[in-house]
Amino acid sequence: MKLKELEGYLQDVAVFTDPKIKLEQYPTTPHLAARMLYTAHTTYDDIENKAVGDMGCGCGILSIAAAMLGSSYNVGFDIDPDAIAIAQENCEEFEIEMDFILTDLSAAPAPAIMANGEENARGPYEMMKGKLDTILMNPPFGTKLKGIDMVFLKKGIDLANHAVYSLHKTSTRDHILKKAKEWGVECEVVAELRYNLDKSYKFHKKQSMDIAVDFLRFEKKPRPEKRD
Amino acid sequence: MRLITHNMLQCHVKGCNANNFPLELQEVVLEQEEAEMNEDFLRNMLTKIEYDALVATCLKLDINDLPATIPADAAYNDEFLQILHRVILETHIKSGKMVCPNCQHNYIIRDGIPNMLLAEHEV
Ligand SMILES: C[S@@+](CC[C@H](N)C(=O)[O-])C[C@H]1O[C@@H](n2cnc3c(N)ncnc32)[C@H](O)[C@@H]1O
Ligand SMILES: [Zn+2]
Repeated sequence: MKLKELEGYLQDVAVFTDPKIKLEQYPTTPHLAARMLYTAHTTYDDIENKAVGDMGCGCGILSIAAAMLGSSYNVGFDIDPDAIAIAQENCEEFEIEMDFILTDLSAAPAPAIMANGEENARGPYEMMKGKLDTILMNPPFGTKLKGIDMVFLKKGIDLANHAVYSLHKTSTRDHILKKAKEWGVECEVVAELRYNLDKSYKFHKKQSMDIAVDFLRFEKKPRPEKRD
Repeated sequence: MRLITHNMLQCHVKGCNANNFPLELQEVVLEQEEAEMNEDFLRNMLTKIEYDALVATCLKLDINDLPATIPADAAYNDEFLQILHRVILETHIKSGKMVCPNCQHNYIIRDGIPNMLLAEHEV
């Protein structure tokens, strides 16, 4: 499928009817979503035949784009049942199979290991670790709940078997690059984008509210083989 | 939600760290929906599925087609892959609940969506 064609299809993905500001519900535009997933597919082969997770899936546009490019399994996480309902309708419209989990991704990730040496099971998705090949997200930027962008990102990296694609304010780039190093993952700035929020947030007084956003790709290094 | 997703969910109530998987399906309404089969994907999932949990879950739902253990030749066993496909990717849980075998917490499934949200004191 050509990029333009994908973008064309994505124009028909319904968006939030009543965006909840508190949850930073601005949809990824068809233009951006198409480019993100097209790149993930053609440059990195992270979509076709893959299990794909979508964190803060909203109306599902990122997963729908992935499914159109041949992902084999899609699951979306969101805290808002209204958003998930719209995503479900979108999937029906596009004849795409996608599962949804109603969950709160904002809880800070627990330390991986508890005092007694057991792995702490925080979050219902702990079992999912390593099972989703690719994680997609356009996380809340943290304008309402400070730091939530990094919490989403860390969880995505924990969950993913291989790669994470995410959008972040360019102003946080240095911080993210530092964190990626700390977490032992590669981080690549795939593209610098302009993201226009006022299409979704009508109350903005200014005519235009373009913000600079990085399209980032994280890759986990293969785990060293366990030696007996 | 399909059974593949159920196979990845566990209880996360505070302090519930052992024997919290698989969540037991109760009072469920199931629906079979045909889906295109993708062998490459199924092979990719073979090592990721919690197979014992899957079999146990299926037996409780009266789905008896899966062998008790993964066949040694699973990756190229067409018959097995077909059963696996039907079970994990074509079996949808439309409604019901998932009960934690350890703390008995109930997670409700409505419109096919499991509600994994917890109340403040449970987190
Ligand atoms: C910027 S929107 C992106 C939506 C969609 N992925 C897209 O690309 O169009 C962020 C999404 O995160 C969800 N969200 C916000 N806070 C959340 C939380 N604590 N847990 C889970 N999802 C959350 C919102 O409901 C919203 O759907
Ligand atoms: Zn429990």
